[in-house]
Amino acid sequence: MFGWMGTILRVNLTDGTIKKEPLNKNDACLYLGGRGLGTKIMMDEVDPQVDPLSPENKLIFMTGPLTGTAAACPGRYEVISKAPLTGSIGASNSGGHFGPELKYAGYDGIIFEGKAEKPVYLSINNDEVSLKSAVSLWGKTVFETTDELLKATSEDARVTCIGPAGEKLVKFATVMNDKHRAAGRSGLGAVMGSKNLKAVVVRGTKSIQVANPEEFIKACWDARRKLKAHPVTGTGLGAYGTEILVNILNQSGALPTRNWQESSFEHADETSGETLAAKYLVRNKGCFGCSIGCGRVTRIPDGPFKGFGEGPEYEAGWSLGADCGVRDLAAICKANFICNELGFDPITMGSTIACAMEMYEKGILAKEELGRDLNFGDAEGIVEFTRLTGLREGFGDKMAEGSFRLASMYGHPELSMTVKKQEMPAYDGRGVQGMGLEYATSNRGGCHVRGYLTSPEILGIPQKLDPLVTTDKAMWLKIFQDLTAVVDSANICLFSTFAIGLPEISSMLRTALGWDCTDEEILKIGERIWNLEKLFNLKAGFTKADDRLPDRLLKEQVKKGPAKGKVVELDVMLTEYYALRGWDTEGIPTDEKLKELSL
Amino acid sequence: MSCYESHQSQKSTKEVSLALSKYGVQEKGMSKILMVSPEKCIGCRSCELICSFVKTNEFNPKNAAVTVLAYDEAAIAVPMMCMQCENPSCMKVCPVGAIEFKTTGAVVINEDKCIGCKMCLSACPLGNIVFDAGNRKMVKCDLCGGVPKCAYICPSGTIEYKEATSTNLNKKKLIAEKFKEVFGEVQ
Repeated sequence: MFGWMGTILRVNLTDGTIKKEPLNKNDACLYLGGRGLGTKIMMDEVDPQVDPLSPENKLIFMTGPLTGTAAACPGRYEVISKAPLTGSIGASNSGGHFGPELKYAGYDGIIFEGKAEKPVYLSINNDEVSLKSAVSLWGKTVFETTDELLKATSEDARVTCIGPAGEKLVKFATVMNDKHRAAGRSGLGAVMGSKNLKAVVVRGTKSIQVANPEEFIKACWDARRKLKAHPVTGTGLGAYGTEILVNILNQSGALPTRNWQESSFEHADETSGETLAAKYLVRNKGCFGCSIGCGRVTRIPDGPFKGFGEGPEYEAGWSLGADCGVRDLAAICKANFICNELGFDPITMGSTIACAMEMYEKGILAKEELGRDLNFGDAEGIVEFTRLTGLREGFGDKMAEGSFRLASMYGHPELSMTVKKQEMPAYDGRGVQGMGLEYATSNRGGCHVRGYLTSPEILGIPQKLDPLVTTDKAMWLKIFQDLTAVVDSANICLFSTFAIGLPEISSMLRTALGWDCTDEEILKIGERIWNLEKLFNLKAGFTKADDRLPDRLLKEQVKKGPAKGKVVELDVMLTEYYALRGWDTEGIPTDEKLKELSL
Repeated sequence: MSCYESHQSQKSTKEVSLALSKYGVQEKGMSKILMVSPEKCIGCRSCELICSFVKTNEFNPKNAAVTVLAYDEAAIAVPMMCMQCENPSCMKVCPVGAIEFKTTGAVVINEDKCIGCKMCLSACPLGNIVFDAGNRKMVKCDLCGGVPKCAYICPSGTIEYKEATSTNLNKKKLIAEKFKEVFGEVQ
């Protein structure tokens, strides 16, 4: 088989059986791999109404046909399940080296079913696959677990695991691979924890073949050359990481600050990628086969926040920084390190603390309950509550439910900056209108990487759009969402799309798979995946009422800066969006559209 | 690592000339070598990917003639590949004389002569020869016939293919630039 390895592992944790099943070639052609194929399996095998943390939910690890090849940024794999935070379809991808290694071991993916009686881990060494006891690993951090498993198996193996947060079912726990890389959003680590599955260790020595090696490598060189030549992927991300966006968004008046009460942060530069590079960056790092190298290896050499690790990314740095009004970059780094070690999502963490800060300042949350003060700008506070949340200790036990459930417990859900119960990241939709529509329509709730309209609206890639108007945003978003679904299913890094687009990605896919098809047909795969995710959510009970933003974005005008006076003009964009998608006015795909997509 | 860069520079010109003459490179010009600057490496392993592809038409980093060793806490990654020794142990130990010098400066295994005894693998003091179990053959860097693909794909400039002249050496340049900063005339 070309591109794909042709085998899927099915692991039943309840009875301990492991089966090797042939990859369904028909589904692979319709959904590629990764996010697409994982969602298809979820749709076929899991009732969308299931409790995400019950044994009936499944947890799927899936690579794509470009994972592990020489394609542009081919290091990714996807984790797919019904998500605990949102109750929607959950799909989060991660880089590092785990995904490629799984393919080198001979597998396109793994389906986990049921629930183990006691903690276990899955060990894969090429054809040898077995479940082993993880009782002694339970309670250990991501770093400890990874080190011990590498010691117990093979130094050149790769580990993906959960930390204490996943074990304790923190609603936004992550699946962590290669220590620092996260399948980060929607709480898929809690699904892993609910199944008593601590880790997967994989070592592989097999080869990936492509259909037309000569043409494939030409397509890869072309893509890599473009990545190298582009100012964002060739220079900016490598030098400053994604945190380079802090000052850019702040200048655009779209850096949500103090739980989105404001849209610019007076201390933004102190938390920027430039400051990070000057103060704490040890070196930059790339995932497998990456030519961008946006990863930040950072060290806080001394002081109360002393630590070592990776990150923060822009959205994590924002949530723990501007959103909490915190200007101390060392504290932001430290809280981010804790998220990685204990295994949970810093975007939701920071936003949940920000929500608690507003509740505290408004007198909704009492000091006695928190155990301390918690005002905006409290650097020690973010570190302390991050730790408590990861371990579900003290008030952290309530924060571990995410901001929507936390604010609702106290009768103020309007203070939670979430869509479908997931926290929106670092781009204020009032100042970047297309991102507002993106948050409202994303199939996994508040999320920036389903259709990253910041690229055209702020960075001018591939062309500059006015961020303050709604014109054409629905059209752009549809294309971006469909293309991103292709990227997440071929499993290359989304960041490559700053420099390459549908033609380059299609060339790599065609030559790898031996396909004779047009670029448009490949984009159609993305549209099919998007609609399938939508169908899953509809069956799970979501309606048009869920394609909505917090009132703060719809009713409270931006107070100052370039976006002064703006709110998100969601209704006009949403109507246009549903029509362009071929959905009815309630946001339900029409029969014609489903037929057109073979759904 | 400095050992790579000093590999040729520490030798006297005479010794280098002698070594080069063995495989027919003109003595007046220095040949290009693979130079590695681990301080730049981002650990992406693109070199392993492209190497395995050039050698086997498939992607399998474990069959590459280059290996990146990464150290998490020390925050460094080091690509290791055959340094094309001037006095190769692999060549000496090969019982059938299958290992030869090429005009590119590469020490190459002649597949027609190789009997797969794997003595070279054991003899290499740097551990830079591997056995590809799938294709049942020895894998060793041959500089891709003078166009080493790892150097071309490397996104960070860690692996370079260039003449090992004294002005080309990164570390020397870094020190010189410090002098420039300190003593250079300010405009």
